[in-house]
Amino acid sequence: MIGETRTACVTNDYRDILRLKAEDLSCIKQDRTLFESFSLQVYAGELFHLTGPNGAGKTSLLRLLVGLSEPDCGVVTVTNTLHAADQQPNTVDYPLLYLGHKLGLNKYLSSVENLAYWASIHGIATSQEQLYALLARFNLVGLEDVPSGQLSAGQQRRVSLARTQLLRANVWILDEPFTSLDIAGVTFIQGLVDDFVSQGGAVLMTSHQALQSRLPVKTVALEYRL
Amino acid sequence: MKSVNPLTSIIKRDLVLAYRQKSELLQPLLFFVMVITLFPLGIGPGPETLQKVGPGVIWVAAILSALLGMDKLFRDDFNDGSLEQLQLAHVSLSWAMFAKVFVHWCGSFLPLLLISPLLALFLNLTPAMYWALIQTLALGTPLLSLIGAIAVALTVGLQRGGVLLSLLLIPVFIPLLIFATSAVDSAAMGLNYAPQLAIIGAMLCFAVAITPFAISYAIRVSHH
Repeated sequence: MIGETRTACVTNDYRDILRLKAEDLSCIKQDRTLFESFSLQVYAGELFHLTGPNGAGKTSLLRLLVGLSEPDCGVVTVTNTLHAADQQPNTVDYPLLYLGHKLGLNKYLSSVENLAYWASIHGIATSQEQLYALLARFNLVGLEDVPSGQLSAGQQRRVSLARTQLLRANVWILDEPFTSLDIAGVTFIQGLVDDFVSQGGAVLMTSHQALQSRLPVKTVALEYRL
Repeated sequence: MKSVNPLTSIIKRDLVLAYRQKSELLQPLLFFVMVITLFPLGIGPGPETLQKVGPGVIWVAAILSALLGMDKLFRDDFNDGSLEQLQLAHVSLSWAMFAKVFVHWCGSFLPLLLISPLLALFLNLTPAMYWALIQTLALGTPLLSLIGAIAVALTVGLQRGGVLLSLLLIPVFIPLLIFATSAVDSAAMGLNYAPQLAIIGAMLCFAVAITPFAISYAIRVSHH
C-alpha cells in the first residue's frame, strides 16, 4: 500500500521534516525473501547510502519506495511538508525524483530532446537555452544534438543525471548514479548531491563505492539472504 | 512559468521517433502490399475469384502486418526506462498510453488505408465493395491497435514475447475479421451493410473507453 499525504503545516527547521517513511516493508522475489520488516525514515537534509552485495534487493527497495512496485507487506508514506524558508507554497514540483538503473533516454533522440520531453511529461516548460546551459554544466558541450545512442555510457549517465536540476524535488532516489562516470564526473555529481542535501533536500542512493561526501552519510546495509 | 501539455509532447515525441525510424514503419506496410500483390499471382487472374477472396485477403493481411509492427509499440520505451519515468510523472498513464496508441495507429495503419485503393484495383473490387472495405478498415484498425496494445503491454517484460503476442491476439481479432468481411460481402451483393459497421463501431467505442485503463494497468504489472 502506497500512501501519499500532503500536510501544509509550516515548520522552521527543515531537519524536523519527515520526507519519506517506510514501515515494515517486505519484498519476496522468486520465493526468496530479499528483506522483511524493513523500516526507514528519511528526514530533510539527510544523505542515505544504501549498500549491499549484488542481489541483496537494493534496486527492489528503491522501486518500492518510489511506487514502481508494491511491497508484499508494509507501507510507504511520502510527505510533502513545506518549510518556512520556502517563499511561496508549492515550490516543490515533485516529492520524489527517481533516476533508476535504466536511464530513460531514447537512443534516437538527442540529449536536448530527451530532457525537454522528460521535463514536459513532468509538467515543466524548458527553453533550448536553458537545456544547453544545463548540459554545458554537465560537461556535454557540443553533444547536445547528437542522438543519445551515440554517446558513451558515461555521457548518457550525465544526461540522465542532469534531470536532477530540471525539477525541484524533496527527495532524490538515485540507483547507482556513479555507474560508468569518470572520476571528475563522480566528484561533480557528489557535489550536486551535497549541495542539494545542505539546502534541505534528502538523498537516498546506492553505490558500490564509499561516498566521498563532505556531509555526514547514513549507511543502510542490506544483506544477501538465502 | 509557461505550462506545457504532457500529452502533446508525448504525441510529438512519438511522431518524431516514427519519422526517424522509417524502415520500421515501412516494414509492415511493405508486407501488406506484398501479400496482396502475390495473391492474384497465386490464385490466377479470374476476376470473380479475386473479387470473392479480395476483402478477406486484405483484412487478413492487415491483421498480420499489424502483429508484425505491434511488438515495437512499447518495447524500446520499456527497455530504456522511458516508460518507468512516464509512470512516475504526474500524467495520467491511461491518457499517455492512449496518445501512444493513437500515434502508433497513425504510423502503421493510416498509410495502409491510403494505399488500399491501389490494392482494391489488384483484387478487382467493385466501387461499392471498396467503399465498404475502407469503412471497415477505418473503424476496425483502431480497434486492432487498442486491443493489440493491451497484449503488447502485458508481454513487454518478457524476453521473447512475440510468439505469445500472436497467440493471444489472433483469437481476439476473429470477430472483427468476420464482421468486416461480411460487411464487404453484403456490399458486393448490393445489400445494406450498416449493421456490421455498427457492430464494429460499437466494439471500437467500447475499446476506446476501456482499453486505456487496461493498457496502463498492464504496464504497471510489467514494471512490478
